[in-house]
Amino acid sequence: MTFLEFTEGPMWYAAATIFSLGAAWRVIGLLRFGRKADLSVPRASAAVGAVKSQFIHFVPRGSFYKSTYFHILAGYLFHLGLFVLVLFAAPHIIFINQHILGFGWDPLPRWAFIIAAEAAFAGLILLWFRRITDPVVRLISDRDDHISSWLTFIVMLTGCLALAEDNDSLRALHMLMVNVWLIYFPFSRLMHAVTFIFSRGYTGAIFGRRGITP
Amino acid sequence: MTNNATETAAVGVFLDQIDSAIASYLESCVHCGQCAEACHFYEVTGDPKYTPTYKLFPMVKMYERHKAPFSGLKRAIGLAPPVVTDDELEDWSRLIYDSCTMCGRCTLVCPMGIDIAGAIRKTRQGMVAAGVVPEGLNAAAERHLEIGSPLGIKPEVMRHIVEEQAKETGIPIELDKVGADYMVILSAIEVLTFYEVIGALAKIFKRAGISWTISTEAYEATNVGIQMGSKDIAATLIQRIVDAAEKLKVKYVISPECGHAYSALKWEGPNLIGRAYDFEVVHILELLDQLRREGRLPTEGKDGRRITYHDPCQIVRRGGIVAEPRHLIDQVSSNFVEMEHAGIANICCGGGGGVSSNGRAEELRLKAFACKKKQIDDIGGVDALVTSCANCRNVLEEAIDDYGMELPVIGLTEFIAAQIPDDGE
Repeated sequence: MTFLEFTEGPMWYAAATIFSLGAAWRVIGLLRFGRKADLSVPRASAAVGAVKSQFIHFVPRGSFYKSTYFHILAGYLFHLGLFVLVLFAAPHIIFINQHILGFGWDPLPRWAFIIAAEAAFAGLILLWFRRITDPVVRLISDRDDHISSWLTFIVMLTGCLALAEDNDSLRALHMLMVNVWLIYFPFSRLMHAVTFIFSRGYTGAIFGRRGITP
Repeated sequence: MTNNATETAAVGVFLDQIDSAIASYLESCVHCGQCAEACHFYEVTGDPKYTPTYKLFPMVKMYERHKAPFSGLKRAIGLAPPVVTDDELEDWSRLIYDSCTMCGRCTLVCPMGIDIAGAIRKTRQGMVAAGVVPEGLNAAAERHLEIGSPLGIKPEVMRHIVEEQAKETGIPIELDKVGADYMVILSAIEVLTFYEVIGALAKIFKRAGISWTISTEAYEATNVGIQMGSKDIAATLIQRIVDAAEKLKVKYVISPECGHAYSALKWEGPNLIGRAYDFEVVHILELLDQLRREGRLPTEGKDGRRITYHDPCQIVRRGGIVAEPRHLIDQVSSNFVEMEHAGIANICCGGGGGVSSNGRAEELRLKAFACKKKQIDDIGGVDALVTSCANCRNVLEEAIDDYGMELPVIGLTEFIAAQIPDDGE
């Protein structure tokens, strides 16, 4: 078994299992605390508030654009770029077809891939730059924030190298880092990719029944 | 912090506050720091320690160490956060009580939608158990429990003030009237400082044909238990109102012009006492707007002064009453202008969440008013500021005076009553 076969085979399945079970346990662990039924008389629907909240927090409410534009810009560059790379890069679609779903879809043309990659890199670098320079973000950042940023950066970097060089060793290196990222995910703040649904949802539900979605 | 530091004995109380909602908040924060941009304490000082999510750090540490999924594993391999000590909580008391009005503005800007103010409220429960509540709040709680009012207003004083208002308006106000439809409760600041609101209510209710009363056993609407974070005190104070309302067999209790009193009675109260009420809680703005819609608010003419409206955080952002005050103002004002951020994103007066009762926070509170001042100054040339929270009004008046500004602050109920002609009575 080559190193590439190892990273795309046993290691991939182990990492995917840890990722899935770990993330599921984190969500179950959160939900098992439960929440007491609210006995107050609602003015409006909690469910509507919970759904509405999922969407309205994609941008800050109430004229905060001037003070938060850097984070919004960098955040969207990174996240949108990353989603496009993960879901529409040709090698990813082949991998998803062969190892996960059993079917694929049309990949992005190369120029679009390059734009997405540049956006993702720019966004991530800007966000991390802000993390180490802005006094507020520096104060509240911890080890996990930096590990998460750097792991993601290395995954993206090795991915680009693997694509550019079409080399088995580089491809194996990329898969190795993907696997490490997947294993780290459930134990880290990367979980926000899942838990945001609950934080937005609970706030939306709590205040939705009061007739407002903050 | 050293490894042999002693963990606070209150850790269990902190952890008991964490349900799925709070856990989702503590799990989801990505440390982006955007919440700082929405906090008036950070804005005026530029000090990162006032970042709202930072104020939750002791709670986060306790959660991650003891309760979060994988916390056992992290403790076993030495990756759990260190214990939280009593000294740390003592230090944090200033962030939790002095520099958070629980205004909830930070939620608007949070990409994760975290209700940081709600989490602060839960954190305060633990702070009470740790014995690090500011003296001002403790003293207010004592007065409230012993005398019935956080400002020490005794029933006989209350009775006297109501009689004076009845005399002044010429409208009888019947106390402890069994079978009245509505029971009015008031904030201590209204009773002591802005007592004209009682006369204003009498005037409006007479014209609207509303049957109402005030209980001498439960006239206080504020709830210092909610502010300090004591569920037991909060429940006791809510129960007093519930008992009085049920004794008088009223159909409605009117939550007055007081921000947190509305949250306490309407939204938290049933959960605090463990049952739904036999009566309905209606906010005075909701009732007045209902009267307006029904044509039972017969105002005449309009106030021509250039006025603006300060939204109390607990009524608008955390209470959902946004349109009602504007409908009412439109009926009685011909020159109403909105401030930037008005409505859901309005800037706090600086004294909510018990900050105004907390003497050691005074300097910071007055400093934070600079944000509100800028909001007012930006629209320029305002003759009066209307609001619907007695605490906001008191805090604003004090700060306006401190900043050497000339700007009267008016309660909305009084603003409306002023447009109801006396000769109709």
